[in-house]
Amino acid sequence: MDLALAPETLARWQFGITTVYHFLFVPLTISLAALTAGLQTAWVRTEKEKYLRATKFWGKLFLINIAMGVVTGIVQEFQFGMNWSDYSRFVGDIFGAPLAFEALIAFFFESTFIGLWIFGWDKLPKRIHLACIWMVSIGTILSSYFILAANSWMQHPVGYRINKAKGRAELTDFWQVLTQNTALAQAFHTLSASFLTGGAFMVGIAAFHLFRKKHISVMKSSLRLGLITVTIAGLLTAVSGDTLGKVMFKQQPMKMAAAEALWDGQDSAPFSIFAYGDVSKGHNSVELSVPGILSFLADDDFSSYVPGINDTNKAEQEKYGPGDYRPNIPVAFWAFRWMIGFGMASFAIGLVGLWLTRKKFMLAQHLRVGDDEVPNLVLFRNKALSPKLGRLYWLVAIWTMGFPLIANSWGWIFTETGRQPWVVYGVLQTRHAVSPGVSQWEVLTSMIVFTSLYAILAVIEVKLLVKYVKAGPPELTEADLNPPTKIGGDTRDADKPMAFSY
Amino acid sequence: MELHDVWFVLIAVLWTGYFFLEGFDFGVGILTKLLARDRVEKRVLINTIGPVWDGNEVWLLTAGGATFAAFPEWYATLFSGFYLPLLLILVCLIVRGVAFEYRAKRPEEDWQRNWETAIFWTSLLPAFLWGVAFGNIVRGVKIDKDFEYVGNLGDLLNPYALLGGLVTLTLFTFHGAVFTGLKTVGDIRARARRLALQVGVLTAVLALAFLLWTQVDNGDGKSLVALVVAVAALLAALGATAAGREGWAFALSGVTIVAAVAMLFLSLFPNVMPSSLNEDWSLTVTNASSSPYTLKIMTWCAGIATPIVLLYQSWTYWVFRKRIGTQHIADAAH
Repeated sequence: MDLALAPETLARWQFGITTVYHFLFVPLTISLAALTAGLQTAWVRTEKEKYLRATKFWGKLFLINIAMGVVTGIVQEFQFGMNWSDYSRFVGDIFGAPLAFEALIAFFFESTFIGLWIFGWDKLPKRIHLACIWMVSIGTILSSYFILAANSWMQHPVGYRINKAKGRAELTDFWQVLTQNTALAQAFHTLSASFLTGGAFMVGIAAFHLFRKKHISVMKSSLRLGLITVTIAGLLTAVSGDTLGKVMFKQQPMKMAAAEALWDGQDSAPFSIFAYGDVSKGHNSVELSVPGILSFLADDDFSSYVPGINDTNKAEQEKYGPGDYRPNIPVAFWAFRWMIGFGMASFAIGLVGLWLTRKKFMLAQHLRVGDDEVPNLVLFRNKALSPKLGRLYWLVAIWTMGFPLIANSWGWIFTETGRQPWVVYGVLQTRHAVSPGVSQWEVLTSMIVFTSLYAILAVIEVKLLVKYVKAGPPELTEADLNPPTKIGGDTRDADKPMAFSY
Repeated sequence: MELHDVWFVLIAVLWTGYFFLEGFDFGVGILTKLLARDRVEKRVLINTIGPVWDGNEVWLLTAGGATFAAFPEWYATLFSGFYLPLLLILVCLIVRGVAFEYRAKRPEEDWQRNWETAIFWTSLLPAFLWGVAFGNIVRGVKIDKDFEYVGNLGDLLNPYALLGGLVTLTLFTFHGAVFTGLKTVGDIRARARRLALQVGVLTAVLALAFLLWTQVDNGDGKSLVALVVAVAALLAALGATAAGREGWAFALSGVTIVAAVAMLFLSLFPNVMPSSLNEDWSLTVTNASSSPYTLKIMTWCAGIATPIVLLYQSWTYWVFRKRIGTQHIADAAH
């Protein structure tokens, strides 16, 4: 059989494609739910119309996005059984529980309250309607926690024992699975990256409108909210990434050695900015690096010893038996850099934007603007950016909305391929996890079907997003401004059209 | 009753919930072609399930997740074994969800018509395929000593399972028509009732044949009781529809689904997926289940979460209790 088409390879590609695709929508869903809820809260509290218009605008984009997130999530739930039945048999006792918890506690919550929120504008009193979007937001965050706890168990299995008679791993401590440091660090990192993603999305779209001087009052509030979100979330992403990195250095030294293409262990290990390695010879042929940084990242100490790929491989061979325990080094190395590079680029753009668009602080009187004007981009107290540079900033700000999506994708590619050849680190190898009864052409069929379906849907989704982004925030109607006071809607006019209908 | 028996019951409950709830929204999806005369009526139908279909579908995800956690071997054999039909179901559910959300988001004729076609087919196919899947589960499939499915796609398309598919297809369409009678107002309401009667008679014939077949092959005393309840409820639902008692009709078509699913699970027990090759290779509640510790945790979670879920899902139905007619559909597409 052609190795490139082995069921394991195909199943891995399928998992990679469907998961990375699913995760384009997940972080946007998590963050836009909370940001929309925040805007709606501002509307309920201040009754300023711009907040309601912003809620409707971002809420619409959120809905277009969550629809894709929900449907692509269904595949995730079933593909373990379809393509990875031996994995499911071996770890179902442990791995199934957080998935079931996720469905019972989070999915129901999310899906029921999203229905109430979409159709509830003229059916629920203002505050109850607001509570619904917060419920959705809580649901998305709970959901992410359970699934990340499950994934963390694959990165660092805890709270289990191997039952030799049954040939499977069994849960012994569920609490430990939910609260181990890998899960906490991974959730912290993923959630902050999610908010970085949603914040950048908001910044990009608001910048697009402000650049064209349209929908100024709504978009100015959105821009500020987006920039603040990007800055805080960007900082937290960096901090949590550092935490997660340190956890990984202890739990999966191979992954981190691969991330640095550090072939041989050394004291004061360097951080390479660029490297070109020869995997078969086990060293880099070209390298540009800063000494000591890697030791610091691993252990908070510039001079610590960091084990390399070759030493770790030898150590794992002694522990687990003969074999090659190295992941794909170039993929791990570059994925790690692209993750950090794109993530931190959007953080930097947000931070700069927050400074440039400040309202009063260190800002001369003549550069301040009214509520309906596009903010000046002001570098120093008296000096605004030149028109050319200003234009450049708006363009960069528009582009930044794609950066976290790229960073997220590479982050997952890094952490999942970096764990190879293991599917559950130190416990089960990926090649023993695939479905033995599923044929090569079946996996190929489903891969082609999902990939082409996802490609078509991506085109449809992006076109729809562009249409609604361009349309800008909607004008408010009488009904929007007079929400019902009773649950189920007001009964004065029985034939009144629904505020929202499919 | 041991914990794995409890979980057998709970999985049955989850599938029952799924077929009861998504059953009518599949039915409504099918009616968009059978019942609606124009676009506005299509939209009336779609909007009767608009706020709830997503929550209904979660019953499936929960059934899947719970099977993974409580019976990993069952989950692994079922979904790797029924690979291509499941793939088709997943594709349908993906397109269907997007179709509901996106259909009204553009005014173009082609756009709306294409999504409407999608809603019809992606409701019809899973409604049929779930019946085929459950028919095969009850009948038994080729499972070897390692619990691997060794049959092929053709083995799944046997007369018994195909009849099961026709039963779920017609039963869900009937359930959907009864639901439409309960949730709409105006001309479409009367036509929904007429259609319900026609589909209901067909359902009764098919269901009786399928359930009797099940009873003869795999039944016992308990499953016979469920059979009688299912058939009696279906006939009563027809009577209530004819008498214009829409609430009763819906409750009774619901009871039909509950009893029919109960009968399938009763005839399965203590197997969860019998092997047609060798009885010793059947997956059972004992050899397919998780450890007692996992089941205990899951029982706690389900015990606390399920009543809460039922509470807020019921509340949703109460919030959207008003009937919908053509006058409630605004012209402008959102």
